[in-house]
Amino acid sequence: MKLPGTGAIDCDVHIAMPPVKALLPFMSDYWQDQIVTRFIDRSSFAMTSYPPRSPLTGRADWREKSGASLPGSTPEHLRSQLLDPFGVDIAICHALHGGMALFNEDMGAEFCSAVNRWVAAEWLDREPRLRASILVHAQNPQLAVEEIERCAGDKRFVAVLLPVMGDSPLGRRIYWPIYEAAQKHGLSIAAHAGSTYRNPPTGVGWTSYQIEDYVSQSAAFQNLIVSFMAEGLFRKFPDITLVCLESGFTWMPTLLWRCAKTWRGVRAEVPWIDRNPAQIVRERVKLSLRPFDAPEDPAIIARIFEQIDCPEMLVFSTDYPHWQFDGEDALPDGLPSSLVGKILIDNPLAAFPRLREEKFDAPSLEKEAAP
Amino acid sequence: MPQRHVVAAAGEIAAGGRKLVNVAGREIGIFNVAGDYYALANRCPHEGGSLCEGFVTGIARSDGPNDYRMERKGEFLRCPWHGWEFDIRTGQSWCDPQSVRIRQFAVKVEHGEDLVKGPYVAETFEVKLDGDYLVIEV
Amino acid sequence: MNAPLRETKAAQRLMIVDCDIHPIQRSPADLHPFLAMRWREHMATFGNHVRQGLSERIMWPRMMASGQRADAYPKEGGPPGSSYELMRDQHLDPNGVEHGMLIALSKGGMEERNQDYAAALMSAVNDWQVECWVKRDARLRAGVVIVADDPESAVKEIYKRAQQKEFSQIILSPRSAEPLGRRRFWPIFAAAEETGFPLGLHPAAHPGGAPSTGAGWPTYYMQEHFTFGTASESLAVSLVMEGVFERFPRLKIAMIESGFSWAPTLAWRMDSIFERMHKEVPHLKRRPSEYMRDHFWFATQPIEEPEKPQHLIDIFEWIGWDKIIFSSDYPHWDFDDPRYAISVKISDEHRAMIFRDNAKALYGLD
Repeated sequence: MKLPGTGAIDCDVHIAMPPVKALLPFMSDYWQDQIVTRFIDRSSFAMTSYPPRSPLTGRADWREKSGASLPGSTPEHLRSQLLDPFGVDIAICHALHGGMALFNEDMGAEFCSAVNRWVAAEWLDREPRLRASILVHAQNPQLAVEEIERCAGDKRFVAVLLPVMGDSPLGRRIYWPIYEAAQKHGLSIAAHAGSTYRNPPTGVGWTSYQIEDYVSQSAAFQNLIVSFMAEGLFRKFPDITLVCLESGFTWMPTLLWRCAKTWRGVRAEVPWIDRNPAQIVRERVKLSLRPFDAPEDPAIIARIFEQIDCPEMLVFSTDYPHWQFDGEDALPDGLPSSLVGKILIDNPLAAFPRLREEKFDAPSLEKEAAP
Repeated sequence: MPQRHVVAAAGEIAAGGRKLVNVAGREIGIFNVAGDYYALANRCPHEGGSLCEGFVTGIARSDGPNDYRMERKGEFLRCPWHGWEFDIRTGQSWCDPQSVRIRQFAVKVEHGEDLVKGPYVAETFEVKLDGDYLVIEV
Repeated sequence: MNAPLRETKAAQRLMIVDCDIHPIQRSPADLHPFLAMRWREHMATFGNHVRQGLSERIMWPRMMASGQRADAYPKEGGPPGSSYELMRDQHLDPNGVEHGMLIALSKGGMEERNQDYAAALMSAVNDWQVECWVKRDARLRAGVVIVADDPESAVKEIYKRAQQKEFSQIILSPRSAEPLGRRRFWPIFAAAEETGFPLGLHPAAHPGGAPSTGAGWPTYYMQEHFTFGTASESLAVSLVMEGVFERFPRLKIAMIESGFSWAPTLAWRMDSIFERMHKEVPHLKRRPSEYMRDHFWFATQPIEEPEKPQHLIDIFEWIGWDKIIFSSDYPHWDFDDPRYAISVKISDEHRAMIFRDNAKALYGLD
């Protein structure tokens, strides 16, 4: 199904990560030296979760025939393939850079910071419809907070980006400084599919195939939400919205039912959960439209929405340039028409409070600021 | 027509204690909460667990993570199966007070002298004129 | 949600197959008659050597009475599930259990790292099920407990037990060292197919090596309990994507205490990704959902309790009524009472399928 008009807010857009060389101008002298003399710039930072040539990672007609660059490599790509043809008003891009997987937390933090500076200079400054999330190296929450503080003045950054699978479940108290900083600045928490593979990607160990890892992202999102819930994070940080990106959503009924049921029996273990967890999830968690994991039968899709029973939960995403749909059918067939407006505009505005702030002149964040 | 059933001698159930009785084919738990008596059907409204086999305890409350308080000690009953928590005084579920509650019966303490005027049913023990008894109507 | 005060007569009349009953040793010494002296001494001297920091318990202390029905502790001592008489009086008789499938999770070697000791335990627990349970009550059926991480011993054990009429399935921990679809486990599937035993997968308390979520270890029991479902999802994905059912087309999988409402959406998710990624798994000849539909059965406990009970029907419809089998999980805390577990109205025909006929067909019970 085509979009009904213009004005959509696309909550999950990926820009191709640049070669390391392109990040050097945004790094300190020390790290420039390290990168160059250790030949760190000579091999790819591609993440295992997203092999660049995998069919899912880039829609075929969005790839260059020559293969010279990855889809989503330039603002021109983004304009001609996504923003203009789909009439997207705002697109939130998420930079899934491999720097977040490094074990050296200083180097990891430097990469994340360089990526954020590069995003601001090369993308946000060049395309006013773009917003971005702040990439942080969550292994060291203190460094992550420093990066959030550095970026927070630029209102074009609307969220903090975390991979759904990292060192530890993201609800753990060790990560709370990140949420405190995010809440202070009105930033949402954008948890994106993918793993730094600190742990096997499933609860039963290391899988064989990419396709298994990708399927298992939905299990990771479920466990993420349960982690936030059980740790009392929604209560501790009342203004934080958890936005799950590239999450899909048809798995949500199971989570709602199971949380509500288990809570009645184990409530005393986590007494800060003071009401039905299903209700808390409905108020505080957003899921992205893609991938859309349901049959094309509108009756089944209607039942799933009825089970979720939360018109506010879904936010629009194309997951550009990942291959989630063909042609111009950015909306899945069978989506209840009463929800389309909410999914395209209202829910994204609720998911990212910074989008609701008045139009602003894009401040150029430390444009000169390669330190 | 409801009948008065004498189910226990007052003082037989200590504060914090309970007694399971069978009245007209129904299992009923009599609870003494700090001197007040409550009679509750011995089956959980959820899946039918025998509530008298559960734990009498308080209710855990919290103002946020890492804050734990036990409140109203002795006023709550936890089902021995799925751990659902019920307020003994009202029969209401803590998690779903509006829609889930245990069936309650009224309990009165009556003097033996008044009781013997009848009618009453006391299947398991003798009612003496000078004693006090717990009576429920079913 | 309130169960009716009177017991449902129709449900009581229906004799049922309970696909998840947990017997346990009163003490480890119960296994002595079935263990060589060398292993009795090993047990006393070295004890459990497991893949976690505590040897005798899981590290998220459970909630209700150590995870048991508080009313199932035998008067004479020992853990719930250790007294046959109590199990009979509390569950088998009053709940009309025609067949009860035993799932012996404890001390069967599934969690043990010493492979020889694990193999000795595996065999001992299987003997113990027969001698101490099935021979006392013919309603009970044993499951061949195997140590998946040692396929060679496991296969021998499967063929040995296939000779004994007391056994109806193979029980293995989904939390093995690697996802169960990987090829090192295929000899087990070959033996299962040849003997006709379904594979019963029931979450085990002890980890097989991987943290219970892809993001690491959870903090609270509430979270760990939730991972029974998500880990089972990953397990199903592994079995499907590795092509296990192409190689073993007669293999039957019973997912027990693993949840089931995730199954339809997982199948849809696999299908939608398969459309894009099928070149990575060319050994699959059909869509993933078709393997799910043909090869998986789902036990009901812990039953889903949607806010609108009618939604449970959606899930049964999407999975297929013929693939749902009742289980109680006696004597564990999240036990489901067969009279009240399914609170939504279903037809007598569907009730008979779920509570009896599907399991009889799956396990070849008379």
